[in-house]
Amino acid sequence: MTTTTIRHPQYHQDHLTLTAARPVPAWLNDLRAAGWERFNEIGFPTARRGNERWKYTAVAPIARVNFAYPFLTTESTENTEIDFGFSAVPALSAFNDDEDKLRQHLGSLALLDDDGFTALNTAFLRDVAVVRVPDNSDTPVAVCVNHGGFPDPEGEQRYARHPRTLILAGRNSSLTVVETYTGPAGPRYFTNAVTEIVVSEGAQVDHYRLLDESPGTYHVGTTRVHQERDSSFSSASFALGTALARNDFAVTLDGPGAYCSLNGLYYTGPGQHIDNLISIDHAQPHCTSRLNYKGILDGNSRAVFGGEVVVRRNAQKSDAQQTDKNLLLSEDAEVDSKPSLMIYADDVQCSHGATAGQIDAQTLFYLRSRGLDLETASRMLVQAFAREIVDAVKPERLRDYLESLFDRSIAVKSLPVAFA
Amino acid sequence: MTDNNPLLSVRGLCASAGDLEILNGVDLEVYAGEVHAIMGPNGSGKSTLANVLAGRPDYTVTGGQAIYAGEDLLSLEPEIRARMGVFLAFQYPVELPGVRAWQFLKAGVDARRQHNGEEELSAREFQRLLDAKVKQVEIDPELVRRAVNEGFSGGEKKRNEILQMAVLEPRLALLDETDSGLDIDALRIVSDGVNKLRSEDNAMVLVTHYQRMLDYVRPDQVHVLLDGRIVRSGGPELALDLEEKGYDWIREEVEGGK
Repeated sequence: MTTTTIRHPQYHQDHLTLTAARPVPAWLNDLRAAGWERFNEIGFPTARRGNERWKYTAVAPIARVNFAYPFLTTESTENTEIDFGFSAVPALSAFNDDEDKLRQHLGSLALLDDDGFTALNTAFLRDVAVVRVPDNSDTPVAVCVNHGGFPDPEGEQRYARHPRTLILAGRNSSLTVVETYTGPAGPRYFTNAVTEIVVSEGAQVDHYRLLDESPGTYHVGTTRVHQERDSSFSSASFALGTALARNDFAVTLDGPGAYCSLNGLYYTGPGQHIDNLISIDHAQPHCTSRLNYKGILDGNSRAVFGGEVVVRRNAQKSDAQQTDKNLLLSEDAEVDSKPSLMIYADDVQCSHGATAGQIDAQTLFYLRSRGLDLETASRMLVQAFAREIVDAVKPERLRDYLESLFDRSIAVKSLPVAFA
Repeated sequence: MTDNNPLLSVRGLCASAGDLEILNGVDLEVYAGEVHAIMGPNGSGKSTLANVLAGRPDYTVTGGQAIYAGEDLLSLEPEIRARMGVFLAFQYPVELPGVRAWQFLKAGVDARRQHNGEEELSAREFQRLLDAKVKQVEIDPELVRRAVNEGFSGGEKKRNEILQMAVLEPRLALLDETDSGLDIDALRIVSDGVNKLRSEDNAMVLVTHYQRMLDYVRPDQVHVLLDGRIVRSGGPELALDLEEKGYDWIREEVEGGK
């Protein structure tokens, strides 16, 4: 008789309780069970055995805590305060419609083999926020999915949540979708989000992801995007610092003529850590990708950027550019930026670059010579650095919201004199 | 303003960049209403003089003083000097990607107004001011809609400096080789701007390598800076002599006179 070791007994207990709590279709139960099995097998990722994907980010702070599954009602996990003028999709809608679609797509892009986080999320699948636009829909759709908080944020209990989002843009449809992640201050919690996005032939999706969780939070987000021929996918990921944030974002350009543009803007304060791992797979010819991430780092914070662009052997006429630029507001901040290109085709246009630097003393003097004090000048330059990404946000209310959110959050006061 | 005192009085000014002594005792008096030209060969310290007066942190003042409008100029932070009416037109204006010209200039105007105990301008008031200045110095209004200096040609950057000068209305404008790198049309536009902005109440110091700008902007005094010291001062005719004969004769005279 073989004995299976249970690595995380509390997670296992919660998984079993969830499974028993409410009858769900058999396929879903099987999916959950497969998730648990896989998680129990591989556990949380480590940098060991040459695992480049986790080389600079240690998840031990997450792995050593038994975060409780909160068994929440749908209402208590939604943030109803955020309003960009779009209709809100229930953050955790029940499994009540589109069962065939769900069954077909759920877990089809975010694979259990990816790493332990996707497997863990799947083990706790309960509700899914589903955004679906039918084929050839004439009307552009704009929706918002707001993943909010927990009940009893004052308590000592530390919770995990595993939000799951499925976005299906039908052929030739047009969709704007905003995912937000917020949460209460209080005991450190853990968000383990998985989002799967299918951009069908000729569809156009503008995707925004906002991470504005409480500063002590652990957040691991896994986003998987599959693009069919002649589709267009633009995404901007905005992140305000948390104790540990990981943005694992992968796009497969799986049809000729597909285009993707992935922007990012992140800010980290003292003691915070963010890890962006952005992968683009040029699997078919004549596809174009643009990757542009910008970071603003303060205090002793740390940012990790991994850009992985792969151009397959048959993906001729691929056009790929990636950049990662970091502005350091402190001499203690650290950036590990590793843009990489793996090109197996011979007729392609590809470029990549990464920069990290402080505010330039000459630039600062130029502003001061016009009467601006150090703080005003520094703030203006930091805002200007962020503006390239913020200005590209199309919905006006969202753009204004993001601009003021970042302006408020970045404590430029800490910058001055050392750089003057 | 007390009319008999100079707006700017520089005495024995010495300054260095790192270990390099650049200014070795500059004396200069500038009165309101005057335009002075500072000329000299490369490396003589012309740009350093303008930048030290504006407070560029790359330089260390090692001796002497500069009194501006009764204040000890060299003890003040660059932004305080600017708010008191000192303006430096940069030799190499800095590109500010993402900084809107409008926001940048309004912040400068408001900082100065606040310093003088005046209210900040409303958006509308500032727009009116900006429109008028754009017209006055004949700058392409499109440049004001873009980020400050981003992707500008050399000539556009220099013109933008003149616009900033017009908007900030300095009492003492220091123009650091604003004429270099300009084609003849740009030079005329920049010179016209300078002429329109000169008045009885303000003063200008033009740092220049060439005489040609002085064909358009007639200075009251011309000074020759050599090895960090003003060795000759005279009227506009001095500039013509320099154009004709170069700087060597002055150097010989100065060294011969020792």
